[in-house]
Amino acid sequence: MTIKGKAYIAGIYEHPTRHAPDKSTAQLHAEVAKGAIEDAGISKDDVDGYFCAGDAPGGAWPMVDYLGLNTKRLRHVDSTETGGCSYIIHLGHAAEAIAAGKCSIALITLAGKPRTGAMPPRAAGAEADFESAYGATTHNAYGMCAMRHMHDYGTTSEQLAWIKVAASHHAQYNPHAMLKDVVTVEDVLNSPMISDPLHRMDCCVVSDGGGALIVTTPEIARSLKKPLVRLVGHGEAMKGPRGGKDLDLTYSAGVWSGPRAFEEAGITPKDIKYASIYDSFTITVLMQLEDLGFCRKGEGGKFVADGNLISGVGKLPFNTDGGGLCSNHPVNRGGMTKIIEAVRQLRGEAHPKVQVPNCDLAIAHGTGGLLGVRHAASTAILERV
Amino acid sequence: MSEARKYPAPVTNPETAAFWDAAKSGRFMIKRCTACGEAHYFPRSICPFCYSDKTVWEEASGEGTIYTYSLMRKSPTGPYAIGYVTLKEGPSVQTNFVDCDLEKLKIGQKVKVVFKPTDGAPLPFFTPV
Repeated sequence: MTIKGKAYIAGIYEHPTRHAPDKSTAQLHAEVAKGAIEDAGISKDDVDGYFCAGDAPGGAWPMVDYLGLNTKRLRHVDSTETGGCSYIIHLGHAAEAIAAGKCSIALITLAGKPRTGAMPPRAAGAEADFESAYGATTHNAYGMCAMRHMHDYGTTSEQLAWIKVAASHHAQYNPHAMLKDVVTVEDVLNSPMISDPLHRMDCCVVSDGGGALIVTTPEIARSLKKPLVRLVGHGEAMKGPRGGKDLDLTYSAGVWSGPRAFEEAGITPKDIKYASIYDSFTITVLMQLEDLGFCRKGEGGKFVADGNLISGVGKLPFNTDGGGLCSNHPVNRGGMTKIIEAVRQLRGEAHPKVQVPNCDLAIAHGTGGLLGVRHAASTAILERV
Repeated sequence: MSEARKYPAPVTNPETAAFWDAAKSGRFMIKRCTACGEAHYFPRSICPFCYSDKTVWEEASGEGTIYTYSLMRKSPTGPYAIGYVTLKEGPSVQTNFVDCDLEKLKIGQKVKVVFKPTDGAPLPFFTPV
């Protein structure tokens, strides 16, 4: 059984806010749900599947109640929590549920306010006593990956900086982006060192906000008014130190989720016209591009250099909304906005300055957790019909 | 300085209590599976590689090399260096590097274990040899 072509993304909504001290987190979930439902042109009472992750206050049942979803109709819920890529995993799970007839209109929401206040810590795993004292944060966990990648493959800070430069070229056209200024490689290298070898401009922004999706059957999607965008391949995977044997921080679980998605779609990375790649840090993008097969392992530095990720300039336009590096990173979870910008590209709704011509195949890929410790990855391949 | 940081006491549990008891006498323990022969860290009762329950405690040399590290410069308690050490016995362990010039750390550098006190059992850290 495959989910190829069995589910369509009929509604998308990205919250325009980047700072929301005057709103509740549940309210932001409701605002993005309303936005996606209106974008799809359906009623909230039509929703029969609901998907949320750890950012949803109280989890699925308080959210279903708060959102006023139609509980006589709602028949499928999924609160899979895999950090920032949760929503890419939800997309695949929604497609599975739709293909199995378990729901027909799925709502996926993400929202939160890490810029307004600190996020609650993750629940401790079995490793807590052996790791928590050492102060792993996103910055230094990804710094450890970058340090080893540089050691093994000669990757440079200049090459990493090109990823931020490309994101900034796109963000200048996004009126909602937190950082709209175009930056240079020198700007990135001259920004303060945060956690070696990552500079401040190698890091994504912290923003409030959120986003939502409506995923539905081919038949319902065709009855609505939006351009048709369907899921044709999906993969998910996890990776961790696994007892400390053969530790290798230069690759992510994308080496497994990517091929699963490409195989299901029946395409290769060469067929992709636009890529949404989770950019918590510049090194995240570089490693994932290698892991997904856009270039060979160790050659990511050369691949991203000289504007190769800039729309209209390079071979692989990426994160044309400015991504997490420049636009937003709602709830410190970048998976949702990766899907949304990919759908915009496939619909032809991206900003004209960054719209990829004839964009018919796109990838949305993300990770969750800490790349340098333990993490999940998920890959979605989307097609315009 | 990293020494100024206050480290949380391990909570401990029945599966790992022997590790922390040994730490109190300055011994750094790993687990080894007698079925497949592989050592692992952090310690589990079931071998993560072959799923045998025949795992035994083994005192490690406490020596290894730096696999990778990152010096965190923006921290309310001052800069600190997190990293992984690949032990002589094989497994790689997450740690902080202490009692040294953090600017001079290098991948491949030889390090050894040192224990730092908490309000409970001491915690293992590593320092250049």
